[in-house]
Amino acid sequence: MAGLELLSDQGYRLDGRKATELRKVQARMGVFAQADGSAYMEQGNTKALAVVYGPHEVRGSRSKSLHDRAVINCQYSMATFSTAERKRRPHGDRKSSEMSLHLKQTFEAAVLTQLYPRSQIDIYVKILQSDGGNYSACVNAATLALVDAGIPMRDYVCACTAGFVEDTPLADLCHAEESGGGTTLSLALLPRSENIALVQMDARLHQDHLPALMEAAMEACKGLSKVLDSVVRQHLQEVSVQTRE
Amino acid sequence: MLKSKTFVKKTRSGSVLKIVREHYLRDDIWCGSEICSECKDESPVLQRDACIESNLCPFPHYLIPDTNVVLHQIDILEDPLIRNVIILQTVLQEVRHRSAPVYKRIKDAIHDKEKHFYTFTNEHHRDTFIEREQNESANDRNDRAIRVSAKWYTEHLSRSQSGAELRVVLLTNDRSNREKAEQIGVIAYRCEEYIKSLIGNPELVDRLALTSDDQNEISGSKLLFPEHLPLSKIQAGIKSGTFLQGSFRASTDNYLEATVFIHGEGDKTTEVLLQGLQNLNRAVHQDVVAVELFPKERWVAPSSVVLQDDQQNDEDTEEEEAEKKLKSPVLDTTMLKPTGRVVGIIKRNWRPFCGMLNQSQIKESTRHLFTPADRRIPRIRIETRQASSLVGQRIIVAIDGWPRNSRYPNGHFVRNLGGAGDKETETEVLLLEHDVPHQPFSQTVLSFLPKMPWSVTEEDLKVRADLRHLCVCSVDPPGCTDIDDALHCRELDNGNLEVGVHIADVSHFIRPGNALDQEAASRGTTVYLCGKRIDMVPELLSSNLCSLRSNVERLAFSCIWEMNHNAEIINTRFTKSVINSKASLTYAEAQMRIDDSSMNDDVTKSLRGLNMLAKILKARRIEKGALTLSSPEVRFHMDSETHDPIDLQTKELKDTNSMVEEFMLLANISVAQKIYEEFSECALLRKHPAPPPSNYDILIKAAKSKDLVIRTDSAKALADSLNEATLENFLYFNTLLRILATRCMMQAVYFCSGMDSDFHHYGLASPIYTHFTSPIRRYSDIIVHRLLAVAIHADSTYPDLMDKHKQSALCNNLNYRHKMAQYAQRASVAFHTQLFFKSKGILNEEGFILFVRKNAIIILIPKFGLEGTVFFENKDKPGPRLSFDSEGPTLTVEEQHTFHIFDKVKVTISLDASNIQHQKIRMALLEPVIPGVSVQLPEPEPEAKKQKLDR
Repeated sequence: MAGLELLSDQGYRLDGRKATELRKVQARMGVFAQADGSAYMEQGNTKALAVVYGPHEVRGSRSKSLHDRAVINCQYSMATFSTAERKRRPHGDRKSSEMSLHLKQTFEAAVLTQLYPRSQIDIYVKILQSDGGNYSACVNAATLALVDAGIPMRDYVCACTAGFVEDTPLADLCHAEESGGGTTLSLALLPRSENIALVQMDARLHQDHLPALMEAAMEACKGLSKVLDSVVRQHLQEVSVQTRE
Repeated sequence: MLKSKTFVKKTRSGSVLKIVREHYLRDDIWCGSEICSECKDESPVLQRDACIESNLCPFPHYLIPDTNVVLHQIDILEDPLIRNVIILQTVLQEVRHRSAPVYKRIKDAIHDKEKHFYTFTNEHHRDTFIEREQNESANDRNDRAIRVSAKWYTEHLSRSQSGAELRVVLLTNDRSNREKAEQIGVIAYRCEEYIKSLIGNPELVDRLALTSDDQNEISGSKLLFPEHLPLSKIQAGIKSGTFLQGSFRASTDNYLEATVFIHGEGDKTTEVLLQGLQNLNRAVHQDVVAVELFPKERWVAPSSVVLQDDQQNDEDTEEEEAEKKLKSPVLDTTMLKPTGRVVGIIKRNWRPFCGMLNQSQIKESTRHLFTPADRRIPRIRIETRQASSLVGQRIIVAIDGWPRNSRYPNGHFVRNLGGAGDKETETEVLLLEHDVPHQPFSQTVLSFLPKMPWSVTEEDLKVRADLRHLCVCSVDPPGCTDIDDALHCRELDNGNLEVGVHIADVSHFIRPGNALDQEAASRGTTVYLCGKRIDMVPELLSSNLCSLRSNVERLAFSCIWEMNHNAEIINTRFTKSVINSKASLTYAEAQMRIDDSSMNDDVTKSLRGLNMLAKILKARRIEKGALTLSSPEVRFHMDSETHDPIDLQTKELKDTNSMVEEFMLLANISVAQKIYEEFSECALLRKHPAPPPSNYDILIKAAKSKDLVIRTDSAKALADSLNEATLENFLYFNTLLRILATRCMMQAVYFCSGMDSDFHHYGLASPIYTHFTSPIRRYSDIIVHRLLAVAIHADSTYPDLMDKHKQSALCNNLNYRHKMAQYAQRASVAFHTQLFFKSKGILNEEGFILFVRKNAIIILIPKFGLEGTVFFENKDKPGPRLSFDSEGPTLTVEEQHTFHIFDKVKVTISLDASNIQHQKIRMALLEPVIPGVSVQLPEPEPEAKKQKLDR
């Protein structure tokens, strides 16, 4: 039996997209009233929920607090029903801790933390359904939640994955493409300044291909930033209409 | 651009999983037709006037084949006549899952601009995607998808103004599919119907594959073979251990016998012997099969009988007689091998076969038997109306199937190559049979050649060492135009010697990844046939720009050593360079210069220095246990005009041959060390595994018959004992032993250093080895050049070079191509030997017995390096009494004469042209004289030959 053909000769991927096309993105902000900020994000079949609390006083031991900026506390988890096989532990495993750390690093680069010394910002993200690009969905959802919470940031943080199949970079991989062998690169970008908040790649890739792959991931991130921007604007419009009444 | 509709597909695998995938439907997939005004396709593939004259479809039309038509009738679809075909994505995917070779062929057809094949991505098109309905099987759904797409095309094309009469025609062999298609208004035909309706192209009909419907008509009712088990049962059986899976290798000598190689854990393979048609059960050479082992009582030993399936009749009879012959009682239980039978076929590995037609005795019959050139392939029954014009021609035939009630597989005619016995046709056949790519280079490949006139530029000189002042010369066989190595040697001021090996810098011209590189990688090696060379790289490179000819500036990759007079290396240097060879010599010319003491020019001095060092190097190498083996090699003297061989002579070796060889070995070893040091994971190396001890049995037995002992515990021991094994008054004996020893050896192979741990080269007694010195004719050397260039920072690296898995896949291809090239070379020599003997008539020669078989002896004629078999059994008359002793091995004929291995005999040699396909050298015994067995000397024409001609 032959394996999956990730990219056909006609240039179509498994799900019918072309190499540079993103999956369908849908998002909503302000899904919960209890939290300071919240957002729900769908990138194709990957669905993520992000909730932001803060900035507030540092909870627990005071020693954690920083005198010149805010502490960012991230927690990543996956719903037990998010993958094809039922997950045993929703959070706290090695993979989730790593992801939490990555999210923390990403948002420390983007949030203007020096505005809130000795305080703490909590970001909780949960993957409800997983179909590739979990990290990027989390980052995008958290960005929207932070915007919803009104926490100042340098720029949107947009994240997207890119892979490399048959010498062609593919943007926004789905699960089948991620697991089909080959390299996956996750990139979190501040699109306006083109500063990179985080870049991660697990598999081997020849140096010569890296620029092409980075380029594809950056383009994808910029595409996403437009979508996020329109979501924020639309949300603002809705909210302002509501408040006027 | 994206349709916002998303779908959910469910698939189940292993432990029940629900897999959810998105499926985007698009509205920007074009129909690909020139006439269409709706679609915004920039370069439509399908032509406006898609005319092909047909009785059934008098209007212009596009064809849509369904999956089974593509799978079975790929030969038809590949015909240049068939154009404007729409291949649906559904079909393409199904083909991909079911047959890799057909998938590759259909893809090649799609890429061919002349064919106008268009792939329509129907699964992602908004209007042609369908969901599987409840209770609908996957196959039914796909059939429906094909019908829906066909209907969509019908309507879509009728909407365009200019092409109202243009239609699509669905080709399907499935009756219900066809009926359903007609109900929804799609024109549908059976493939046979359609092809037969084409006017003026009767030869296409022959290329139709027989489908199951037709097979039923042909056969009688008697079932000859046991049923093949379905795949599910086979898999269960393999899991539980009742069946074994392996690759099927038919025996070359005996059509009723075959071996199945079972790959066990690790490198272990076991062999299972199969005997008799019933047990072979329709397996064809190289199929992957499942076998069931017999209980130990039924195990047999491989028969050493030579049997050929040359029955002339076309009837499906069983040959019990022949099978009986196999079952001679064997007393020696150690000879028994695991024996079994084929219970099912896991994968067929059929390819198109070259061969010839045996015309049926009935004139009007359209069914004929086809005899493949490869004896391991059974004869194939084909249907053709042009039999009379195909007789005596070499043709290609593909197998379609092998029903239970048929003695032979059914197939269809593919292509006519030309008259049998023609030199061109025969060369074509042997290239095809050995899978040697030999088409002229395509335009895309040629476009990567450097522009002429070419010369060494200033930039080249900047980055390269300028070695033009050195007295470099090349030594090669006469007539060699692809000179890839040159040498120099000079004395340094400190008294040491500087020796340089300069290799053509092919990697400068062939850049990684382009079409030229890919073509060279797939060809793998230049193939040398008698009087013909099939180049790996285009001629401009091989015979001109890369060839290190004398008195022109050429780019080279140099390996330069500083040595003392004891040939000990003091230091090694690698550099890209520019050289200017002062002389291109032949081996004989070089030898003459060395021997002629009156010559004292630079070139000669250089040669003498090299020769001196080479002798020391060789002695040291042999000391370490390198083997000098022997295989009879022959050289033909060709007539300059007709290119027919006019004389045959064994190649002789001069000092200078081994001089060049010695330095090439040294360069290869030095380079191997360097690239392994630098790239321990992805160096391309060559190894020669030590043969398993049992391989030497034949050699040891043979030596024992002359009371000599051959020790085989190490290469050194073997080399020494071979040196000592000489007999007085039998000078050729040692050579014979070495020939036998060569047959015991394993094949040397390329491998990637990251994938293997054993690097040893047994034959050369070197711990590490690679190929560096012939980049013009071997692709492996090009890779080694690139690695070395990166190692010395002369060139940049690229992804595939550092990928050990790709590297290892490349090695596999190179190993395969090398093996095939060798076989092709041998076949070419055999063919030219036949041509030679055809012109010579009958010759009487002396020879030695190389092997003793149960019913034959194999004889080597040293004069021609020719091997032949003398049979003691004849089909038509009762054979003489033979008694075979496998211990000796000896064969006693008529209780009068006993043949031992190495016996000297006298034979007559003639060409047996009775079977045009397998013309063979026929040998018959002259001396020792055994009445009734040996032939008389003055007989002008052997008796057997006459008989066969009468048929």
